[in-house]
Amino acid sequence: MQSQVFRLSILLAAIIFLFVPAQAAEIVKLGALFSVTGPPSFLGEPERNTAQMMVEKINKGGGVKGKKLELIVYDTQGDPTKANQAADRLIKEDKVVAIMGPSTTGETMAVIPLVEKAQIPLVSCAAGIKITEPVKKWVFKTAQNDSLAVEKIFQHLKEKKINKVAILTVSDGFGSSGREQLKIHAPKYGIQIVSDDTFGPKDTDMTAQLTKVKGTQAQAIICWGTNPGPAVVARNVKQLNLNIPLYMSHGVSSKKFIELAGEAAEGIILPSGKVLVADLLPDKDPQKRHLLSFVQEYKARFKTEGDHFGGHAWDAVMLIKNAMENSGFTPAAIRDGLEKTKNFSGIGGIFSFSPEDHAGLTVDAFVLVQVRNGTWALVK
Amino acid sequence: MKKTDQILFFAFSVCILFLPLILKESYILHVFVFIGINTMLAIALNLLLGYAGQISLGQGALYGLGAYISAILSAKYGVNPWLGMGVSAVIVSAVAFIVGFPILKLRGHYLAMATLGLGIILYIIFNETVDWTGGPSGFPGIPNLKLGSLTFDNDVANFYLVWFFALITMFLALNLYQSRIGRALRAVSDSEVAARIMGVDAWLLKVKIFAASAFISSLAGSLYAHTVTFIAPASFGFNFSVELLTMVVVGGLGSVFGSFLGAAILTLLPEWLRVFHDFDIVIYGLLLILIMMFMPRGLAGLVSHLKAKVYVESK
Repeated sequence: MQSQVFRLSILLAAIIFLFVPAQAAEIVKLGALFSVTGPPSFLGEPERNTAQMMVEKINKGGGVKGKKLELIVYDTQGDPTKANQAADRLIKEDKVVAIMGPSTTGETMAVIPLVEKAQIPLVSCAAGIKITEPVKKWVFKTAQNDSLAVEKIFQHLKEKKINKVAILTVSDGFGSSGREQLKIHAPKYGIQIVSDDTFGPKDTDMTAQLTKVKGTQAQAIICWGTNPGPAVVARNVKQLNLNIPLYMSHGVSSKKFIELAGEAAEGIILPSGKVLVADLLPDKDPQKRHLLSFVQEYKARFKTEGDHFGGHAWDAVMLIKNAMENSGFTPAAIRDGLEKTKNFSGIGGIFSFSPEDHAGLTVDAFVLVQVRNGTWALVK
Repeated sequence: MKKTDQILFFAFSVCILFLPLILKESYILHVFVFIGINTMLAIALNLLLGYAGQISLGQGALYGLGAYISAILSAKYGVNPWLGMGVSAVIVSAVAFIVGFPILKLRGHYLAMATLGLGIILYIIFNETVDWTGGPSGFPGIPNLKLGSLTFDNDVANFYLVWFFALITMFLALNLYQSRIGRALRAVSDSEVAARIMGVDAWLLKVKIFAASAFISSLAGSLYAHTVTFIAPASFGFNFSVELLTMVVVGGLGSVFGSFLGAAILTLLPEWLRVFHDFDIVIYGLLLILIMMFMPRGLAGLVSHLKAKVYVESK
């Protein structure tokens, strides 16, 4: 028994040794922090997969200016403390030139003091507005601000002449950020929030909140959450015969939502990153080519469709690559290169960074989609 | 304190004192800052679990409460962080003291449930009171601690800061074990009825030790807040409470040095196992199972077992 364990560990050690690439002068080390396990693993896993896929693709194509990239990924388990520890290791032990991730806003905020101090560029894949407002010298992000999705919905409401809405948000990071942004932007579009309720991430019945909405003058409901809560909301709305339009957030812009909500999903409108409807986009859309190739490559390798979460990592890798090509390979050069990025068409949108804007996207990063016949259709 | 504990504590302190000289700029030093914080937390739980035999699944939340009160006082109201640390420790132990009276009447699974409930309530408060805590996306911009012209904003300074408190905690916990109160606690742990017959006010004693445990946890939370300068609820959830429980059990129930070993192993192990990539969690779980199977008294138990073996063989 003992010798077996011993032999097995030797074998394991040998395998690991084979996979660790030999050190060479031309290797550029990139760090990545994704919550591959833990509650946000639905973000971290596609992000990790995409980052690895893209780095391999870049290396196969000859690397960046002849230099090969090495990606070092650490799992943060959705825990800010672990993210902080792992970031310190990437900086001090692995000596990476840039870091992509972490996956959530909390983890990103826990890493920011370290990267600012060590002067290593960070390209976060989280959406929280706090990450880039106020602007931090070394911190960028690829996930769309929630405010952009909110404005996209409000623009549509204004066109439809709807000015009284009920909002229903989930009580987690995503929902509280959405709620905050909905309240901030509503007056600008002349919209009045007549009902403001929340639901728990694991709640299985929202009829109480929706019955309350029924008693108000709301002309539309905006629900802000990630699966599975919004699917329950969609079902409850149908059960209560609330005949007013239901809007959702980009948090449910995946096939999974239609599966969960079934029939009740019909007619729901939501803002989504373009990756969801890549094949429906007009050919003149500058992102279309990248979007299609990303979705197909991801599907060929991981047997599921590439989603916008993976897209955040795609953008992070390619933005860093772009910055290295234009400015150089030191952390400072990469940072400067990132800040100079203009009209870079990625998965999440078209990025243009500047010293005042490290989020880089506009409302055009989103398109409105509607569920029709169990699939997505573009809203014109 | 026993003579052997005195010597061991002294040797341990000296090792800690010189550790930064060996580790220098390594990331391990950064990890040791967290080990110091976790050691305090593990000892705090050990006072309850190892000494008094009372389980708590809400330790992570008490730790978080300390961190949040410190953060709010110093970042929102400009209170001196040192003062804020003291104030939050007093508040958190007061909360534990008040809540402790009804909760600590319960035993076994019921006590576990009640403390779990306390933890979940606090966790929900951290998440929901967005105006105060920043909600799920966290509370940034907490100031570092300062002492004269020295700011605790680098790993070496933070290491000494955290370990100063951790060593004091260890020293006090070691002292407590052999004291009158320590003996009373162990009596309560062995048999509460017997302890009460001997004149120990078991209920009050349990409430007091719960408050003391909360005091230490709160200090650890404040240290975390001021060293990392950012806090989010995800660090103080149920998972972390269970991790603390694992530290205490792996380290050895009732052993102060065991608490350190448990905290060190559980903080360092994930770092070492990162080389296994996706399999790290599986191996981590396996190691914990093996430790529990072959060392039911934890790592500290293994050390004393080996010591006894050597002693017998040398005779």
